[in-house]
Amino acid sequence: MKIIVDFDKCKSNAVCMGVAPEVFEVRDDNFLYILQEEPTENLRPKMEEAVRTCPAGAIELVG
Amino acid sequence: MAEPLLENITVVGASLAGLRAVETLRREGFPGRLTLVGAEPHLPYDRPPLSKELLAGTWEHDQIVLRKAPYAELELELYLGNPAAALDVGKRTVTLATGIEIAWDGLVIATGSQPRLLPNTPPLDGLYTLRTLDDCFGIRTRLDAGARVCVIGAGFIGAEVAAACRSRGLDVTVLEMLEQPMVRGVGSVIGSVLAELHRDQGVDLRCSVAVDAIEGGGKVERVRLVGGAVVECDLVLVAIGAVPTTDWLIGSALTLDDGVVCDSSLLATPLVVAAGDVCRWPNALFGGDLMRIEHWTNAAEQGVFAAHRLLSGDAETPFAPVPFVWSDQYGIKIQCAGRFTGTDRMELVHGALSDHRFVVIFENDGVISGVLAFNQPRQVMLYRRMIAERASFSDALSFAAANQ
Ligand SMILES: Cc1cc2nc3c(=O)[nH]c(=O)nc-3n(C[C@H](O)[C@H](O)[C@H](O)COP(=O)(O)OP(=O)(O)OC[C@H]3O[C@@H](n4cnc5c(N)ncnc54)[C@H](O)[C@@H]3O)c2cc1C
Ligand code: SF4
Repeated sequence: MKIIVDFDKCKSNAVCMGVAPEVFEVRDDNFLYILQEEPTENLRPKMEEAVRTCPAGAIELVG
Repeated sequence: MAEPLLENITVVGASLAGLRAVETLRREGFPGRLTLVGAEPHLPYDRPPLSKELLAGTWEHDQIVLRKAPYAELELELYLGNPAAALDVGKRTVTLATGIEIAWDGLVIATGSQPRLLPNTPPLDGLYTLRTLDDCFGIRTRLDAGARVCVIGAGFIGAEVAAACRSRGLDVTVLEMLEQPMVRGVGSVIGSVLAELHRDQGVDLRCSVAVDAIEGGGKVERVRLVGGAVVECDLVLVAIGAVPTTDWLIGSALTLDDGVVCDSSLLATPLVVAAGDVCRWPNALFGGDLMRIEHWTNAAEQGVFAAHRLLSGDAETPFAPVPFVWSDQYGIKIQCAGRFTGTDRMELVHGALSDHRFVVIFENDGVISGVLAFNQPRQVMLYRRMIAERASFSDALSFAAANQ
């Protein structure tokens, strides 16, 4: 499973970080950093939640 | 106790909450007949950009579709442009305005909310509210033609429309009944920060004023204020809040009181759940007080939760989130999480109000009840988590001190 974020769409509102801080981190520079590009399988439900709740529709889950 | 196995689920309201509900039902393997009914002719689209990118003219319709994957995968019976007119809970049917009767054994109510109207306004050309794509394109056409705009109400939508007008270089007047924008929610200190922001950007913001009449011969020409002052304009946007769309449920045996009243698991009555702007439920995180929330994240999360509730029959797990909302104005990301009463104690914990980069937190009954920030998304999420954990206000202050 791979996380792809469309950074042209991302609005840095950190909703994904609220869902899964181990994978998504918005730092004080207001940019989103992906901490694990290929999260382990046990994180799948959280990744799906992040995809659903990203207000910008910027997150995609592949595989 | 598990509900009987459902075979035939109908979702009324084809927007964010309704879409998330049908997507969740299929993802969880619901194999039966699934019907989605919507009043608007469009497939579900995203509303927040209507007062932001779409109105500013930087985005188009294709950028706000809510579902990119093919609809065929959802195997829906889809009725668009065909509002539900009546619900019969006993017979388990929904009747559409066209007379079509749809039977169900599980129902999701997701009809959202609609703009509150000013009483006694004549039907003038140029008088708008903003809720739908069609409203947005109507307003946009007028802005393209250089309309002078008067916005009534300085809430989120009014403020964003004013910002969009200024980004186009248009004159805009904003009329607010209270002494500051959004003072009822976020209090007068933040209210005055918002007021200053708009004035700095060239908005003619007038607070503590009351509208007497919207006047014109066939089309909008002016707004007259109590006391006699007059605002000359070509377009009036009434943005004084929203009311839940429950007219089609009157007489249906559901409890309607500023929304469809549900239990803590979003169940309105057996086999019927509600989600999104239309739903009012007791939020266990805030002492079980009834809440109705008109924000994107809530609609998305309730759509998912309500679908699970219907399938699982689980009455024990409450829906108890920390409400969250954002607004974009003049390139500033305004975000709030929690509950705001307008009278909570407020503490500035990061940055400075005048820099447009700060975080304030609110206290209610010894716990942190809310966070509001300009351009500090990371911090909002950290405090949102503390609100969810019902952390004490003093713990929140210590956390802030350690995080400077
Ligand atoms: C201009 C604007 C800007 C916004 N900006 C933000 C923002 O920045 N941040 C934020 O958090 N939130 C924002 N919101 C709020 C957010 O868009 C709503 O909370 C969200 O759309 C609610 O989703 P919903 O599915 O519950 O209801 P709605 O989106 O209101 O959808 C309800 C749907 O049901 C349909 N319907 C109504 N009656 C019937 C019927 N009888 N039969 C069938 N269908 C019916 C309606 O036509 C509508 O399509 C904004 C809203 C607007 C209008
Ligand atoms: S939730 Fe979406 S928009 Fe917000 S920071 Fe994450 S990816 Fe970006």
